[in-house]
Formats: sequence, C-alpha cells, structure tokens
Amino acid sequence: MRYALRRLAFFVGTLWACVTLNFVLPRLMPGNPALALLAKFHGRIGGQALKALEIAFGVHTHESYLHQYIDYLRNTAEGNLGTSLSQLPTPVSQIISNALPWTLGLVGVTTVLAFVLGTGIGIIGAWRRGSWLDNVLPPVFVITSAIPFFWIGMLLIVAFSLHAPHLPSNGTFDSTIIPAFNWPFIVNLLQHALLPSAAILITSIGLWILTMRNNMVTVLSEDYIKMARAKGLPGRRIMFDYAARNAILPNLSGLAMSLGFVLGGSVLVEYVFNYPGLGFWLVQAVEGEDYPLMQALFLLITLAVLVAVLLADILTALLDPRTRTAR
Amino acid sequence: MASTELSAGLGPTITPSAGQPHAQSGAPPSRAREAATKTGQAFLRLFRTLRSNRKASAGFILLAFVCVLAAVPGLIAHDPPRAEIYGRSLGPSASHLFGTTVYGQDIFAQFIWGARETLIIAVVSGLLSTALSVVMGVAAAYLGGVWDGGLNLVTDTLLVIPSFPLLLIIAAYLPNSGVVVLIAILVITGYSYGARQLRAQALSLRGRDYLEAARVRGERSVYIIAVEIIPTMTPLIVATFLGTAVYNVLFAAGLQFIGFGNPASVSWGTMLYWAQNNEALSIGQYLWALMPGLGIAILGASFALLNYAFDEIGNPALRPVRRHRVKRPR
Repeated sequence: MRYALRRLAFFVGTLWACVTLNFVLPRLMPGNPALALLAKFHGRIGGQALKALEIAFGVHTHESYLHQYIDYLRNTAEGNLGTSLSQLPTPVSQIISNALPWTLGLVGVTTVLAFVLGTGIGIIGAWRRGSWLDNVLPPVFVITSAIPFFWIGMLLIVAFSLHAPHLPSNGTFDSTIIPAFNWPFIVNLLQHALLPSAAILITSIGLWILTMRNNMVTVLSEDYIKMARAKGLPGRRIMFDYAARNAILPNLSGLAMSLGFVLGGSVLVEYVFNYPGLGFWLVQAVEGEDYPLMQALFLLITLAVLVAVLLADILTALLDPRTRTAR
Repeated sequence: MASTELSAGLGPTITPSAGQPHAQSGAPPSRAREAATKTGQAFLRLFRTLRSNRKASAGFILLAFVCVLAAVPGLIAHDPPRAEIYGRSLGPSASHLFGTTVYGQDIFAQFIWGARETLIIAVVSGLLSTALSVVMGVAAAYLGGVWDGGLNLVTDTLLVIPSFPLLLIIAAYLPNSGVVVLIAILVITGYSYGARQLRAQALSLRGRDYLEAARVRGERSVYIIAVEIIPTMTPLIVATFLGTAVYNVLFAAGLQFIGFGNPASVSWGTMLYWAQNNEALSIGQYLWALMPGLGIAILGASFALLNYAFDEIGNPALRPVRRHRVKRPR
C-alpha cells in the first residue's frame, strides 16, 4: 500500500513538474518569444482566447508570477488548453482529440508488439546460448538501436513505396475511400500503417531483445535454475516459469525510460510519413511557433508515458512480492 | 593490432571526463597527479580487455572511420561542400560520386565534411552530460540525506519526461540558435540516466573500508570524491559517456532534421533537413537523403558497439559462448 502511494505521489509530482516546465520555459527565454507572437495575432483572435493566451505566457499582465502561476494551473486543470495559433480558430483540445487515436493505434500497438516479440526473442536467445540466434542477434540489434527512427522510415519508403509493389507512405488512408467499418477500409488503413509501424518496430525491438537476453543470462546462472534442472523439470517449464518470470521484472521497469525514447523517436516517424498523430502535430506546432498546441502536446505525451510507467509499476508489484515490502 | 592504435587515439578524447573533476576540485598538485595516475591505470586495464573483444574492435574501427573524416575532410573530398557551382540534381558519376543537390552542391563533399560537426556535437555533449551525471550522481550518494532526496527527485523526474519532445519544445523557444545551444539542451535533458546509475554505484561504495580510512586520515570530501571514489568508477563513467553519446547522436540528428540549429552549417543532420525539404526521395536523389543517415548510423553504432562490449566486460556471463554445452534434458 505504501509502495502504491509512493508511486502515485511520483506520478502527480512529475505531472506537476511538466505543467510547471510549460509555465516557466517561455518566461525564462530571452525576450519572451510569445510576446512577438501575440503582437502578431492581436486583433485576430477574440477576447477570451486572447486572455487565456496572456495568462499562459505572462504577457500584458502586471500581476505577480505567483498569481499568473495559479491562474495557469487552474486553466490547465480545467482542461482549458487554449486556441491553436497555426490552425486558427481551432481549439487545441480538438486537434489533440483528433490526433490521439492515430498515435495510440500506431505507436501503442507497435510498442506492445515490439515488447512482446523482443522479450520473446530475448528469452529464446538466452536459453539457447551459443546458437546462431544468440550469436547473430545481439550485434545486429545493437546496431539497429543506434539508427535514427526516421531514417529507417526513409529507407522503407525507398524500398517499398517508390517502386512496385507500391505501399502507401503518406497519411492514414486514401482520400478516395469512405471511412466505414468494412473490409476495404480496414485493409487500406493497415496498409498505410504498415511502413511507419515497421520503422518503429525495427528500431525499438533491439532494446527489448538485448535487455531481456542479458537479464535472462544473469538469471540462468542462479542456483535455483540448476535445482530445477536437477529435479528433471521440462526445459520449457524452466525457461518460462523459472527463468523468464524473474528476468522480465527489470524489463518491465525499464519500460518507463524506453517508452519515452520510443515515443520521441516516433514523433519523427509520424512526421516523415505525414501520419497525423501527436508527433506529427508536435513538429507542426514547433515549426509554426504554435506555443499553445506545443505545450498541450508535450503535456499529453508525458502523461502517456506516466500512465504506462504506473501500469508497469502495478504489474511489477503484482509479479514481484519484494517490491511491495521494499522500504 | 589495429585496435591498439585506435585505443591509444581514443584515450585522450575520453580522459577529460574523468579528469575534469580533479582539476576543479582544487586539490594540491601531487594529489591531482595521484588521481590522474589511478584513472590512467584504470583506462589501461580497460583497453587491454577491450582489445580482445570483437564488438569493441568493430566499434573502434567505425569510430576511427568517422574521426578520420572529421579530421581531414579536405584530403578526401576536393570539392567545396557549400558552393552551389555544379549542375543541379546530377546523378552519381566519377566527378560527383553521390551526385549533386538541387542547389548544385556536391553531395559527396557534403557527406565527408558533415562528419566534423556531427562528431563534435556527439562527443562534446556526451562529455559534458557525463560530467554532470558524475557530479549529480556522486554528490547525491556521498552527501546523502536531504541532498540525496532533492537531487534524486530532479533526476528521476527528468528521467521519465520524454527527452525528445522536451528537446523540441525548448528548441522551439530558441529559434535560430547555433550549435552551443543545441549542445546545452542535449546536456540538460540527457544526464539523468547516467546520474542514476552512477549514484547507485557510488552508494554501494560508500561503506567501503578504504573510504572510511581516508576519512579517518582527515581528508576533505572533495579529495575523497575526486581521488578515491571517481577512479574506482571509471568503467561505469566511460559506459555512461558511450550510452549518452549514442542518444545524443540520435537526438541531435532528429533536431537538425526538422531544421533546428543552424541549417546553413554542414553536418549530417542538416543534410537530411535539406534533403527532406526538397523531397530528395521523390525526385530520385536517394543518396542525398540516405548517405547522411548512414553516417549517423555508423557513428551511433560505433558508440553502441563499444558500450555493449563494456557490458560484456563488466558482466562476464554475457560474453559469447563459443563451445557447445553438454546436451541438456528437454
């Protein structure tokens, strides 16, 4: 229980730190960059939206920072994320709710796939020490994990999209097809997701394979594995129930850092494939100096990582009794 | 054989990360020398082990390749990298090995000259953020109490916040800034993972007898940290540098790819930016977009291979098994 409370406190604390970063960053920068921007938009956006912007960036107000900060926290907590400056007059919340499903679908599914596949390959690789699988895979995936996600995307476009057989490399589905829950639409949707998904999978799977393999190798030298062998338990049982179950724990908690990395990498994959998810819009917002949209997206991406970390923590606590009693 | 020369070449590049804290500590010269000797011996041991590791040798060779490009680009590519003086969008030929850009620049020359800035960003940001990791991690572990709690909270929070989106929004507030700003934000967002690992190791060292002995001798904390603790941690510090360098290569490339930094500079990241902006892939100038990415991949892979070799050395269980084991029951 104390463990759960501690993790929850960390969750809230980190979220607060992100909101605060959003508040502090524009005020720290030389000559508040939002100031020039707001001057440009003066008269083009309505009274209330302008007011919200002024609160968010501390422009034209003579209130103390503390007062501004409280106003800003209240606005954010109420979900008042402001108006997008590059897509006037669309509210930021609308852009985000349109983009979120695409990212969850593409990056979410691919990440789960990479985790399951990578962990599986890592388990088998470590179990068969010295086989070709174990000798070839680690160096290969050390190298793929050091390649930019978006460059793999470009390679895939050259290989599969520019010449026959032609796979789409742009957007989420053909504009000629009517979105409906039927076979042609789903096939079209999956075709469009295939290349970006492959780019994320290729570059992120190595991470899971390597860490899982290394954990497995360490666990396999433990005495209780020897004991299990001596008892004559079937190999498969030892591999999954004895070794993998313990080796997977650090991998789960490693999910936290890796997920942030994968999400960061997929930002540029979405950009290369014009896939209109959170990452695509984040790049658009940065390029168009659309600060409200940018801040909201940063907050949301962090929230996604935090939720995943919390889930991994809960799972770890369920699988590993030691964490529940720790300190 | 080749790796001996390479390791000798790499030594001075890395040493400052471990050497710096001593210089700053203001310890008397003899003690500084003592720390330097200890660190130097640790490095020698390390490189002797690395030589026999195949992944490490491969990493050294790749890194040496990039270093050569960065050191003497003028000897390899005779065309000026920025001048727009050739035919536009030419295909690969003997005079233009990789063809030319839509602006009439030689792509081969850009590729060769691009190594320098890319390597500098990776190494400098890697060194600085490793130094920050050492300071934050070791200070937290050594000082303990409130300091530990406070520093830890900052590090843990930064660890969870996704670095690349954070880099992006900081970059957005600082348009038209150069390499220095790029390196600064890479350092701030990239130190946390290393700091955490170093703290863990420093914590495990804290109760050791030889540190207790130094304290009883009446040594100052600065001396104990610089001369007794940090040399012991050299392998992990080098590993931290290599790991951070991999991420910084990737992050810097990503930022430059979308136009941050100075797009007029010649580096692999900015080459990718111009290639993407001119749709190099659709107009058939594949090499314009693919070669700089390959360069980034080579540099990233060299650090990653070295890092993995370090893991194997630190944890002998991970080393490749050559002989076949006794057949085990199914």
